[in-house]
Amino acid sequence: MNVLTVLVPLALLLGLLALIFYVWTLRTGQYDDPDGAAARILFDEKE
Amino acid sequence: MTMQPATLTPADPGLSAAACAHCGAPVPPGAGRFCCAGCEGAAALISGLGLDAFYRRREAAAGAQKPTELPPVDWAARAVPGREGTHSLDLMLHGLTCGACVWLVEQALAAEPDVTRARASLTARRLSITWQGPAARAEALALLVARLGFQVAPWSAACLKAAEDGEGRALLRALGIAAFGATNVMMLSVAVWAGSDMGEATRALLHWLAALVALPVVLVAGLPFYRSAWAGLRAGRVNMDFAVSLGVLATTAMSLSEALRNGPYTWFDGATALLFLLLGGRVLDRAARQRARQAGAELLALQSAEVTRLAADGRAERLGAEAVRPGDRLLVAPGERLALDGVLEAGEALLDTASSTGESLPRRFAAGEALPAGAVNLGAAFTQLVTAAASEGSLAQLARLLSQAEQARGRYVAIADRAAAWYVPAVHAVALATFLGWWLWVGVSWQAALVPAVAALIVTCPCGLAIAVPAVQVVAVGALFRRGVLVTSATALERLAECDHAVLDKTGTLTLGAPALLPDPRRPAGALAAAAALAASSRHPLARALLRACPEAVPAMGVEEVPGAGLRRGRERLGSAAFCGLPGRADGLTLYWRKDETAAPIAFRFAERLRPDAAAAVAALHQLGLTTELLSGDAAPAVAEAATLLGIPDWRAGVTPAGKAARLTALLAEGRKPLMLGDGLNDAAALALAHASASPAGATDLAQTAADLVLRAEGLAALPAAIATARRAQAAARQNIGFSLIYNLVAVPAAVLGLVTPLIAALVMASSSLIVILNALKLGREATR
Repeated sequence: MNVLTVLVPLALLLGLLALIFYVWTLRTGQYDDPDGAAARILFDEKE
Repeated sequence: MTMQPATLTPADPGLSAAACAHCGAPVPPGAGRFCCAGCEGAAALISGLGLDAFYRRREAAAGAQKPTELPPVDWAARAVPGREGTHSLDLMLHGLTCGACVWLVEQALAAEPDVTRARASLTARRLSITWQGPAARAEALALLVARLGFQVAPWSAACLKAAEDGEGRALLRALGIAAFGATNVMMLSVAVWAGSDMGEATRALLHWLAALVALPVVLVAGLPFYRSAWAGLRAGRVNMDFAVSLGVLATTAMSLSEALRNGPYTWFDGATALLFLLLGGRVLDRAARQRARQAGAELLALQSAEVTRLAADGRAERLGAEAVRPGDRLLVAPGERLALDGVLEAGEALLDTASSTGESLPRRFAAGEALPAGAVNLGAAFTQLVTAAASEGSLAQLARLLSQAEQARGRYVAIADRAAAWYVPAVHAVALATFLGWWLWVGVSWQAALVPAVAALIVTCPCGLAIAVPAVQVVAVGALFRRGVLVTSATALERLAECDHAVLDKTGTLTLGAPALLPDPRRPAGALAAAAALAASSRHPLARALLRACPEAVPAMGVEEVPGAGLRRGRERLGSAAFCGLPGRADGLTLYWRKDETAAPIAFRFAERLRPDAAAAVAALHQLGLTTELLSGDAAPAVAEAATLLGIPDWRAGVTPAGKAARLTALLAEGRKPLMLGDGLNDAAALALAHASASPAGATDLAQTAADLVLRAEGLAALPAAIATARRAQAAARQNIGFSLIYNLVAVPAAVLGLVTPLIAALVMASSSLIVILNALKLGREATR
């Protein structure tokens, strides 16, 4: 059962990191223009 | 005078095979690669910047990208100063339809040396430009975008309101939190379900870990539901969100009690999964309507304009209409729309009052006469003395009337809430009876009795029911959006499906705004070209129509306009019958032209053009079982003719705006469910009063605000299609509710008997949601077909 004391907190920590990352994407407005973001990936960068 | 035969004719669709190389609109034969000089210029600009790749990438509709004039706005004043001598400007771009458009706009602006940042948002149709240099550059930059073929408008407060979506963001955040909670709690729960040989201490540890994750998640992610439930309770109503809130909170409380006494299962996974599913449905529902709201704000922004105030020293300044005080003098340019009420200071004015009264012919106003806001100046520039500020004028009164009517409509109870009103108390009674039964009758501890009671609550907890209606709404609203119908109100589809009577406005709704010249074989050759040459210098709708019939006419020089009578050049005259020496005639939509005093005047008759699909749309409404009537502010002959041609049995002419509203009130009092279709300021009150309402593309801003549906695509055919979709959506919503109830008939007894474990509850919840969503998706396929 010792394995639980490592794996369960680790799993929860990873989940929490994903949640923090998601809130960061939300705060920086990355869902404001979903249509544009879909098209932008196809643009050629000139520089 | 002879009565003319049918002066209303369906407009001819343009017949041409060639398409413009820039905008894709049909090109008149022999005109080359481009449909107009604007498109030619735009194409030259694009190829000069080396951005030809645009034409291979874009997916815009034909004719959507015709270059237009820049609206008369003080662009420099809109530029916001930033750090280190930079300025930035926000624009609303109409016609920004695909990734290629975003690319073109951004690249074209990046090619300007002083532009430091240009970013276009495809979803919000917003373009932000930042440049190094003076505010005066704003106009040139806006003009550059306009020349590429996008309609440009200042980013208005209404746009901002539609784009800024704090509530939507809060929902998204709640969704993310609920997803985190549901997945991680499920991980712990599955361990409990699978680990039947697990020791008691380990199980307790897993229960408490689940509680640690679930408690904050339930508290934070459930906030949108708790708020709505609380608001409903304060209004004395039990809504669906109350059932959701109670279900989630009771499940959490029961799970906590199970964790305390270390029972076999906790139900934290059910509570968090329920929140996740419901929040998902709500986010989708909101996104669908958000699109429609934004598109609506976009249409309105194109109409927003500024006024020109004459200062005491005679200087002219441009400013927003809201800053004007009574007693100010405004200069109204030809073609400008009056933003404020006022009186004509001197001279005479010719105004098109179609949108404020519904009259199809322009009217002459004398000095001192009151000018209605919303009218369009067709004559020369004049000075208007403002009598009421924007916040007190007739438009503001109308807006207040609208918000009152809207509040009344806000009391309409949606089908899901109607179901909730009896479903929720019934479910709660069952849950309470289960608890009391197990506790007092069977004799288990109160903690143990809580388990089947809350199980009953969570299997009924109206996952299916709460998703049933939103799922259908999302699919139907999305399908309509793709067909060019904007649905702005949450209950619009339900109300639209119930309508049994259609009230139609004529001018601008069933007819196109502009009249068309009728062919006349007896007209001498050359007369049209000569008359059109004179007409080129007037803004009168009939002169414009004459010029449209003969676009190759060379504008004549030295033409003098006699207000309210006609045009004169030497001895040549074009105008009313009296002006051309035929007194005593009043032929309505007719112009006369004579070469000199000796020649007989030649008549040019015009007809208001019906929208090409008006007759088909009315027939389709009849087929859907709606009765129709025509309600117009125009004169009786024109209204009667339109009614006859379209097969509308019932018509009323000369109806004032108040009369229209009164007619709608009378219909409602009779118990009818009227659908109002109108475009003008004079229709706005009636639109807001009607059971459901729609306005066509190009309607006035107030009419669009008042209407539930805006038909963005040209034409009326979308309206019957929208009614059909709304009815199918209602049927699907009822099926979904019915299904949820049937499934409860099985699930509730099982839960009451204590046979349901968290695993079964999770499976049942997911499967019922899935079936409801699949049923809604079926509707989307039907609606697009």
